[in-house]
Amino acid sequence: MMEMVLYAGAVGLLVIGIAGLVLSHHLFRQVLALVIAEAGANLLLLLAGYRFGGEAPIWSEGSFPSVMVDPVPQAMVLTAIVIGVGIQALAIALLIRVRQQTGTLDREQAVIEMREALDQELGRFSTAPKPRSQYAPKGERPLYPVVEEGQDAR
Amino acid sequence: MSREQRSLEWTPLLFSGGLAFLLFTLFIATMFGEPPMRAGAMIQQAGGVELGAANLVTAVVLGYRGLDTLGELAILFASATAVGLVLSTQNGESDKQASVFPDKIFLGEIFESASRLLMPLLLLLGFYIIIHGHLTPGGGFQGGVILAIALFLPALARSGEIPLNHATIRLVEGGAGTLFILIGLMALMQGESFLQPLLQPGEIGALFSAGSLPLLYLAVGLKVGAELAALLVHLSGESA
Repeated sequence: MMEMVLYAGAVGLLVIGIAGLVLSHHLFRQVLALVIAEAGANLLLLLAGYRFGGEAPIWSEGSFPSVMVDPVPQAMVLTAIVIGVGIQALAIALLIRVRQQTGTLDREQAVIEMREALDQELGRFSTAPKPRSQYAPKGERPLYPVVEEGQDAR
Repeated sequence: MSREQRSLEWTPLLFSGGLAFLLFTLFIATMFGEPPMRAGAMIQQAGGVELGAANLVTAVVLGYRGLDTLGELAILFASATAVGLVLSTQNGESDKQASVFPDKIFLGEIFESASRLLMPLLLLLGFYIIIHGHLTPGGGFQGGVILAIALFLPALARSGEIPLNHATIRLVEGGAGTLFILIGLMALMQGESFLQPLLQPGEIGALFSAGSLPLLYLAVGLKVGAELAALLVHLSGESA
């Protein structure tokens, strides 16, 4: 019974994350959903190598535990966590640029804005193309702290 | 587009439900705790004796799967480079407008003093965790993250500039990566396979044991620390 609860937790996290990925309309929430799905996947991997009553796979002085949990999935998860951090950082960096280019983080809204910008760049419309670049951003950077001049941000 | 106009999408919900069903049936069907692979048990038997590493996870990460770790470092390097590419501006300087830290912000005496006090302690803790990676839980990746936080803390607290400039970060990163590959190539020169652990395993549990594994973990820790510090600096919009 216990193992079913553990598996249900891990699979549940994975499914919650993927559901959030396909259901949410806000790009940042999609990144958060990706993080949750990653946690679920890591838990599943760890569970695959878990032994009940097993000890951590470390040889301590004098005692060599007879039952140890499998070190191979743990090493894989160690790798996966670090790669996950890199992927999240890259995703956040892309989101900063999307927000600066389109002024929104809504999924459909951002796609519409980008399509308009691309159409204007290609000259499909007769309207004069608005120059828009990352050096003249349309939207501000998200989470810009509002601080008045000479005021502490406490 | 308002929230009310969006109807509940049934296709993603169906997809999620089906995925949950599939995964549950898969994991009900597999026997818990009895995986068909035997590598884990063999490593538990032989890992400590062969490599001299008390921490078997380290033995797997660096001894048996060293090439995968090298690939993972390459992925981390690619992601750090891509973040720098995406967030960089035309003349290589970050625009002050984009920074999350506006100028002339004073976060308080306690915050700044604490960050100044904590930085050397965090550096020490990071190196401790890296160097003891083959004995205790921890190692290059975890210690590297702590190193990155120690380097980023002054920028966060605004009590000074980032103690490393971009050239130093790049030097540490490249040097650590080169050290990792050189250790692997030295094994190749001795007639072993690439990244085969070198030197004597030594006494299990001693600080200077496990052959070349602590050296490899030191390289991993420095590389991870430098790359994560560069990532954080890029994301904060500061010029480093």
